[in-house]
Amino acid sequence: MQSYNLNHLRELEAESMFVIREVAAQFEKPALLFSGGKDSIVMLHIAVKAFHPARVPFPLLHIDTGHNFPETLAFRDNLVKKLGARLVVGYVQESINKGRAVEETGPQASRNILQTVTLLDTIEEHGFDALMGGGRRDEEKARAKERFFSHRDDFGQWDPKNQRPELWNIFNSRKKMGEHFRVFPLSNWTEMDVWQYVLLENIEMPSLYFSHYRECLNRKGTLLARSEYVKLMEGEKWEKMRIRFRTIGDMSCTGATVSPASSLEEIILEVAAARQTERGSRADDKRSETAMEDRKKEGYF
Amino acid sequence: MKNVSENGYLDMELLRFTTAGSVDDGKSTLIGRLLYDSKSIFEDQYEAIKVSSERRGETGVNLALLTDGLRAEREQGITIDVAYRYFATPKRKFIIADTPGHIQYTRNMVTGASTANLAVILVDARKGVVEQTKRHAFISSLLGIPHLVICINKMDLLEYDQQVFERIKKEFQAFASKLKVQDIQFVPISALKGDNVVEKSQNMPWYGGPTLMYLLETIHIGSDLNLVDCRFPVQYVIRPQSDEYHDYRGYAGRVAGGIFKPGDHVMVLPSGFTSRIKAIDGPDGPVKEAFTPMSVTIRLEDELDISRGDMLVRVNNVPEVSQDIDMMICWMNPVKLKSNGKYSIRHTTREARCVIKNILYKVDVNTLHRIQEDKEVGMNDIARISLRTTVPLFFDKYQINRHTGSVILIDEGTNETVGAGMII
Repeated sequence: MQSYNLNHLRELEAESMFVIREVAAQFEKPALLFSGGKDSIVMLHIAVKAFHPARVPFPLLHIDTGHNFPETLAFRDNLVKKLGARLVVGYVQESINKGRAVEETGPQASRNILQTVTLLDTIEEHGFDALMGGGRRDEEKARAKERFFSHRDDFGQWDPKNQRPELWNIFNSRKKMGEHFRVFPLSNWTEMDVWQYVLLENIEMPSLYFSHYRECLNRKGTLLARSEYVKLMEGEKWEKMRIRFRTIGDMSCTGATVSPASSLEEIILEVAAARQTERGSRADDKRSETAMEDRKKEGYF
Repeated sequence: MKNVSENGYLDMELLRFTTAGSVDDGKSTLIGRLLYDSKSIFEDQYEAIKVSSERRGETGVNLALLTDGLRAEREQGITIDVAYRYFATPKRKFIIADTPGHIQYTRNMVTGASTANLAVILVDARKGVVEQTKRHAFISSLLGIPHLVICINKMDLLEYDQQVFERIKKEFQAFASKLKVQDIQFVPISALKGDNVVEKSQNMPWYGGPTLMYLLETIHIGSDLNLVDCRFPVQYVIRPQSDEYHDYRGYAGRVAGGIFKPGDHVMVLPSGFTSRIKAIDGPDGPVKEAFTPMSVTIRLEDELDISRGDMLVRVNNVPEVSQDIDMMICWMNPVKLKSNGKYSIRHTTREARCVIKNILYKVDVNTLHRIQEDKEVGMNDIARISLRTTVPLFFDKYQINRHTGSVILIDEGTNETVGAGMII
């Protein structure tokens, strides 16, 4: 007997395709936030399917902190070229030069928070009315209550206490002048789903996700990779470790995990056995209990 | 690849369920146990909520803090909004829409129930079927959830007495006969002690049925989809501007009902033109058939004028086409529903304006009685209304098809989603 059931990955894929097409249909000037991390790569992969054989009808937007892993930028440029996509880059350095943002100082300085300024300025400059992000509800507790279509006021702020109810698959994109939406097509995916899908679809991933040897320091349990953006504090030293990254942000705040997993299969088995969340290694989330919510309210990703 | 595919990880079914319960009936404990026993709570999450619980002077670890993620929720110790949680066993992946106990209950439960295949309703064995239990069952039925699992909790406090279980079961069945739910199961549990949640209870040998987890893993959801009435709301028209695909014109969308195949004779609504399906493109190329909830692109033999908001259906099975529509509405906004008021309405991929013609009655969600004398419809109220749209909608009854039977109403001044409608 023929079975009319999609498996979980195909159902998630179908849901994400639907959401991405809704964005293209309901908004005038959407863009897809592309960080070069696994979630945005998967989101882009699905966007390509959603409009095939036409090109993806919106540009990719990358907010460049200037503190990227070189691997990320190379991967980004390569993919953009392969797809013939349009890429818009907002530079945090420009925001600093213009005096729109002030660089943090000290050994733990990060440009993580500054990205919000650059992001909101770029949205305004290009007149984007919807940005698709790879955020997932399983990632972090403030994201667990996020909508697929998430409204932002004209200051780019999120009001978590006052979100529009979202029912069935009917999305309300109405907004006033100057307001915009953040849309999360991968809302219902987990870290495991993402990796399983990458394996199923054989999607190319940046080498940072696979086990390799790298000089790192251990700062309160967070392993930071050696770069000009991370300065040694007292008692710290660089050590060669066998690591991989579970999440990729900028070099100043993304922690590595010690891991021998060098293939997709091994990563999936590792994720299945993991006892720490992937963002557990993110220094940016550790600043306070509600660090993510506070940044999101201001207009963060 | 060996280990991964042997574990069946790449090929699981997805089950979306909602949990309902009143205050203090152990809902957090139950969800905590499902997540904990399926190893879906991570050490750093557990450590973080342990620290928070201690800081608040609570004894034990408060699992509600896992998803009461918002600052206001933590400060006030309440859950404000529906939270989505995820876990998986080797058999299925689960999405829980966890709805808060009392604040704006109806609005939140309706939201959580709108996408659920199954509802878990908790009943405190000491209290039996109370008003809130009836409300939960009624909303589940109204939202067309095909499976209800009634967990009679805290059996440990009543010495695991079979009589208690049977009495509550009978009480619930008497009430449920008024509802439209096909499949109702009863499980005696102790969420705290773990009886019949994941592991079979040694304390209730008289119960020969499955555990809650076994039900969640095995309940047959394949036949819940409408595979009979073919409905394809057009979402987006794909027209590549390239030489290679110069003549390509595809209608992208998600199948909302039935099974579409190349060669099928289809009609386009509202124009009424007919054609045959030339090809169906799935995410990975042409497919032989498309069914709910697949996202595909349909190509037709003839060039017709079709745009977003139109619907492809089978020639011999068309939905209702009308501007006058009756529905049950759940109101979700502090500003009351206005009789003769105008709203923006969204249905499948179609958008229109509408005017409220009549408010027939409100429903007392605790007793199911119709209230005719008071027709003020405010936040959390459920009412039967009729409205008229500016353009015809193509719809089915909600009980026949949840995709083509549902609408939302939007306030044109504030742009907020104010009502959720189920067509009758």
